[in-house]
Amino acid sequence: MNGESVVFWITAIFAVIGALGLVVSRKAVHSALWVAFAMVNLAILYFTLEAPFLATSQIVVYTGAVMMLFLFVLMIVGVDSSDSLLETIKGQRALAILLGLSFGALIIVGITATAAPAVVGLVNENIGYGGNAQGLAHLIFDRYLLAFEATSALLITAVLGAMVLAHRERWAPRKTQSELSRERTRSGQVTPLPNPGVMARSNSVDTPALLPDGTFAQASLPTQFQSHADDSVKEVTS
Amino acid sequence: MKIRTGASGDLNIFGQDPLAVVLIKVLGIFVIMVLMTLLTIWAERRVVGRMQMRIGPNRVGPFGLLQSLMDGIKLALKEEIIPVGVHLAVYWIAPVISATTAFLTFAVIPLGPEVSILGHVTPLQLTDFPVSVLYVLAIASVGIYGIVLAGWASGSTYPLLGGLRSSAQMISYEIAMGLSFVAVFLYASSMSTSQIVAGQEHLWYIVLLLPSFVIYTTAMVGETNRAPFDLPEAEGELVGGFHTEYSSLKFALFFLAEYVNMVTVSAMATTLFLGGWRAPYPISLWSQANTGWWPMLWFFGKIFAFLFVFIWLRGTLPRLRYDQFMKFGWKVLIPVSIVWIMIVAVARELKNHSNFDTRSLMIAAAVVLVIGVGLSYIYELRTGKEEQLEAERQELLASADFDPFAGGFPVPPMPHQQAQPSRHRPLTVPSIEVGEEQ
Repeated sequence: MNGESVVFWITAIFAVIGALGLVVSRKAVHSALWVAFAMVNLAILYFTLEAPFLATSQIVVYTGAVMMLFLFVLMIVGVDSSDSLLETIKGQRALAILLGLSFGALIIVGITATAAPAVVGLVNENIGYGGNAQGLAHLIFDRYLLAFEATSALLITAVLGAMVLAHRERWAPRKTQSELSRERTRSGQVTPLPNPGVMARSNSVDTPALLPDGTFAQASLPTQFQSHADDSVKEVTS
Repeated sequence: MKIRTGASGDLNIFGQDPLAVVLIKVLGIFVIMVLMTLLTIWAERRVVGRMQMRIGPNRVGPFGLLQSLMDGIKLALKEEIIPVGVHLAVYWIAPVISATTAFLTFAVIPLGPEVSILGHVTPLQLTDFPVSVLYVLAIASVGIYGIVLAGWASGSTYPLLGGLRSSAQMISYEIAMGLSFVAVFLYASSMSTSQIVAGQEHLWYIVLLLPSFVIYTTAMVGETNRAPFDLPEAEGELVGGFHTEYSSLKFALFFLAEYVNMVTVSAMATTLFLGGWRAPYPISLWSQANTGWWPMLWFFGKIFAFLFVFIWLRGTLPRLRYDQFMKFGWKVLIPVSIVWIMIVAVARELKNHSNFDTRSLMIAAAVVLVIGVGLSYIYELRTGKEEQLEAERQELLASADFDPFAGGFPVPPMPHQQAQPSRHRPLTVPSIEVGEEQ
């Protein structure tokens, strides 16, 4: 057993575990992590298959950017939200397992029945262009240039579309930091407003703070409470 | 195209080492990184102390050198507090990911030329392959997972915000960082670290590609979450950021990862722009300067210069506001990098196909770029952006008159408009008092 097959059996098993983890995890974030794990293992496989450029771009693009974006969304959506495991269609789970297994069997039968030519690897291809990255560059920027450019145009269009969809019209120009500070200085209240009062019997936000002379600091209350400040304090201090 | 190859320009010399040499190299790198971490923490406290007119730790060991070791031991022995709300598995994995990825990057950093270890002639570098600089980027992007997962797994608001911030920040600055590599790739005709060092035999890329260097150094500070870009752990806003809920050894791992990352990005900057392990000018006149074990000295000297800048930044600059920071990354760094890459690509192509003097062209282009950026900044200052904004606001206020039947249909007021009070008196129902005779 040479080094390559040792690496293959380790990473292959890990990648399958990652893929299974994706399916059986109950938390969406855990699923995303299992996918990332599977992807890193696939990248290691690409390394052993003499495609280092593909391996690194797999990690940078898929693990580092795409899955991170997924995680980002999942985290914003909710820290503790886990999907409901109730079956909406009756017998769906059993059917899914059956179909999945039969599809797997189909693929295994198909692959084992195919007579593959002798494996040659990428060594000769890589040497022919002076290296793996150079060979890829030759294919992308020479032979398939048009397809590559068309794909990039498509991607840029998609990005522009996303920007247009997310764009929000501003009704007033945004205030700059200097404008805000100037406004604040002129408003007569440069410092932050005083906190609500903390009394022995109440520390709720509708309890006004007391000034040194014993009067109420109206500014210490949220505007909604300012009118009935007097009542609550009478109650607290009496 | 012919690839310029220097002393260790051939990648075939890698992967030939016997197991013992490989183990020695791995252990060596690990020990060096841990020692560098301890030394950097000590240096940071001493230097920042000096900058703040105080002395800093000077009690434990000579010059207080053992202070960070003692702090590390203390940190490891502290009680570990695991909050109730954490997602335990992820909470455990996060610091491990952070620390291991921090160490992994150093595997492709060339520390020196070929030396003899246990009788084997071997390069002072664990390994190298055709795309090793991209490997560094890949490892960095996996390292983000450590921080993001720590934020999520803590099950608490501030760490989550810190984790999200850091992922947004590091992904944004990774783009600028990757773009700054491109110019180096174009000039070295290679993406492997040893060949990039070999390509700088005559001229360091900091001279040739100064804008790339500036972009890289800016991005590397953002990438390591260090001041003034340490927003994921902004204590005024987020308590401790992503590691608020971590304690004891797990916190120590994050701490270790931060400092190892600092060393790693400094090593990358040295490798890509400062000639790697090559001796700086006056020393390079000495014929033995670039042979044997000496280059390690120059290499770590350069790394310490970068680490000093890191500490200096922390001692000098206040933290940026988050939106300004992101705006700087996306609207300044990335466009400038793209323009610069176009210039470099044109210059490189000219050099390939004619005997054009590209060096002066590059310097001229760099000067034009700097002047252009400066002029646009001055222009923006002179045109009075605020006056323009004020005029815009006045215009908006003038259009603030609300026409409830604009276009012939009843419409609600826009956010900056005020609905006029109705001319009709509101319909009121006289209240009936219950239980009282009129």
